[in-house]
Amino acid sequence: MIEVKGIEKSFGDTMVLKGISTVFDTGKTNLIIGQSGSGKTVLLKSLLGIHTPDKGTISFDGRIYSELTNDEKRDLRTEIGMVFQGSALFDSMTVEENIGFPLKMFTNKNPREIQERVDFVIDRVKLINAHKKKPSEISGGMQKRVAIARAIVNNPKYLFCDEPNSGLDPKTSIVIDNLIQEITEEYNITTVINTHDMNSVMEIGEKIIFLKEGILAWEGTKREIFKTDNEAIVDFVYSSNLFKKVRKAQNREL
Amino acid sequence: MLKEVFNKPTKWSAMKQLIFKEIDDLIIGSLGIVAFISFFVGGVVAIQTALNLTNPLIPKYLIGFATRQSVILEFAPTFISIIMAGKMGSFITSSIGTMRVTEQIDALEVMGINSLNYLVFPKVIALLLYPFVIGLSMFLGILGGWIAGVYGGFASSDEFMTGLQVEFNPFHVTYAFIKTVVFAILLATIPSFHGYYMKGGALEVGKASTTSFVWTSVAIILTNYILTQLLLTK
Repeated sequence: MIEVKGIEKSFGDTMVLKGISTVFDTGKTNLIIGQSGSGKTVLLKSLLGIHTPDKGTISFDGRIYSELTNDEKRDLRTEIGMVFQGSALFDSMTVEENIGFPLKMFTNKNPREIQERVDFVIDRVKLINAHKKKPSEISGGMQKRVAIARAIVNNPKYLFCDEPNSGLDPKTSIVIDNLIQEITEEYNITTVINTHDMNSVMEIGEKIIFLKEGILAWEGTKREIFKTDNEAIVDFVYSSNLFKKVRKAQNREL
Repeated sequence: MLKEVFNKPTKWSAMKQLIFKEIDDLIIGSLGIVAFISFFVGGVVAIQTALNLTNPLIPKYLIGFATRQSVILEFAPTFISIIMAGKMGSFITSSIGTMRVTEQIDALEVMGINSLNYLVFPKVIALLLYPFVIGLSMFLGILGGWIAGVYGGFASSDEFMTGLQVEFNPFHVTYAFIKTVVFAILLATIPSFHGYYMKGGALEVGKASTTSFVWTSVAIILTNYILTQLLLTK
C-alpha cells in the first residue's frame, strides 16, 4: 500500500500539486487520470522519488520515503518496477539482456538462473521470437511487453506505469491493460497507472483518482465513475460522444 | 557531478563489461582515424620544414628535429585531443543525451542505480588508456615524417635520425603525457556533463554535442597553455 498525505509541489511560481492525499491499495490497479497538465506525471514522478515534494509525505507500506536514508531509498527502489511511456528500453541491449538487467544488477543469481527467470517472464508476457532482438527491431506493442517484463522480473512490490497505452492501437492497448491487471492480481502488487485513456479506465480501473489543476477532484471505482455527479469528472469523462452514449444507456438501465 | 561518479559504485561484474565496451568504443574505435591523421600530418610537417630550409648552412637534420618537436610537444597530445573532442566527445554526449531524452537514465535511477557512476565512470576508466593512443600518434607522426622526408628526397635517413636525437630532452615526453592524462579527464567528463544534464528532444541532443565539442576544445586549449607555462618555463 502506498499512502500519500498532503503532498504539494511547485516549479517556480507554478504550484502543480496542491495538497494531494490518497491511498493506493495493494493487489489493485490504481489509476491516476486527468487532462494534460493536471499534475499526473508530477504525482507519478513524486511517487518514484524523481521529484521531491515541497510538503507532505509518501509512505510505502509504512516506510516514509523522505525519512529514509540514501541506502534505504536505493533498497526501496529495487522493490519498484516501472513501465515508462516510451518503454525506456536500453538500446544497446537485446530484449533478454534488457529484461535480465535488474537481476544482474541487484541479485546474486548466476547466469543460468537469470536466464531461467528471464525465459519465464518472457513467456508470462507472451513475447514470441524476440529474445535476441534489439528494441529497435520490435514493434511498439512488443516493446511495452518487454518493459513490463523488465519491470516485474525482480518480483517488485510496487509497479508504476506511465501512459502504458500511448502509441498503441486499441486492440494492443486492451491486451497490455489486461496483462498489467493479471500481473497485479497474480503477484499482489501495488500498481499505479498514469493514463488519460478512458478505455483503460473502463477495463482495469479498480481505483481511480482524478486530478484537476493539481487538486484531487474525485476518487472512486470504474463503476462509480458513471454514477457520479461530480462536475469535474463528468466534464472529463463525457468529453467523448461515445461515453456520453454509454452514460445515457446506463442511466436508462438504472 | 564528479562526486556522484565515484559514489555508490555499480556491481563490479557489470562494471567490468561496461569498461571493456567503452575501451572498444572510445579507444579501439579511435585508433584508425588517429593513425591516419598522425601519419600524414607528420609527413606534412617534415615536407613543410624541408621546404622552408632554403639556407644551405642550415643542416638537413633539422627536418627530423622539427618533426620530433612538433609531433611530441603539440601535435600528438593537443591537436589529436581536439580531434578526439569531436569524435569521442560527440559520441559520449549524444549517447548519454539520447538516453536522457528516451528516459533510459530515469529508468536506471528508478531501479536504484547510480546513473552517473554507471554511465560516466567506465568512460573515465577507459580513457586512462588514452595515453597509448597518443603514444601511437607520436610514433606514426614521426614515421610519416621520416617516410616523407627520406622518400621525398628532402633528407637522408641518417640525417633524419640524427635530427630525431639532437638535443632530445626526455622531460618533453613526460610533459606530453602529463598533458595527455589531463586531456583524457576533460574528454571523459565535459561531454558526459553536457549529455547527462541536457533537456529537450532529438534536436537538443545535436545542439548538446556541438556545445560539448566547443567547450571541450576551449578547456583543452586553455589547459594546454597553463600546463605549458607551469611545466616548461623556468
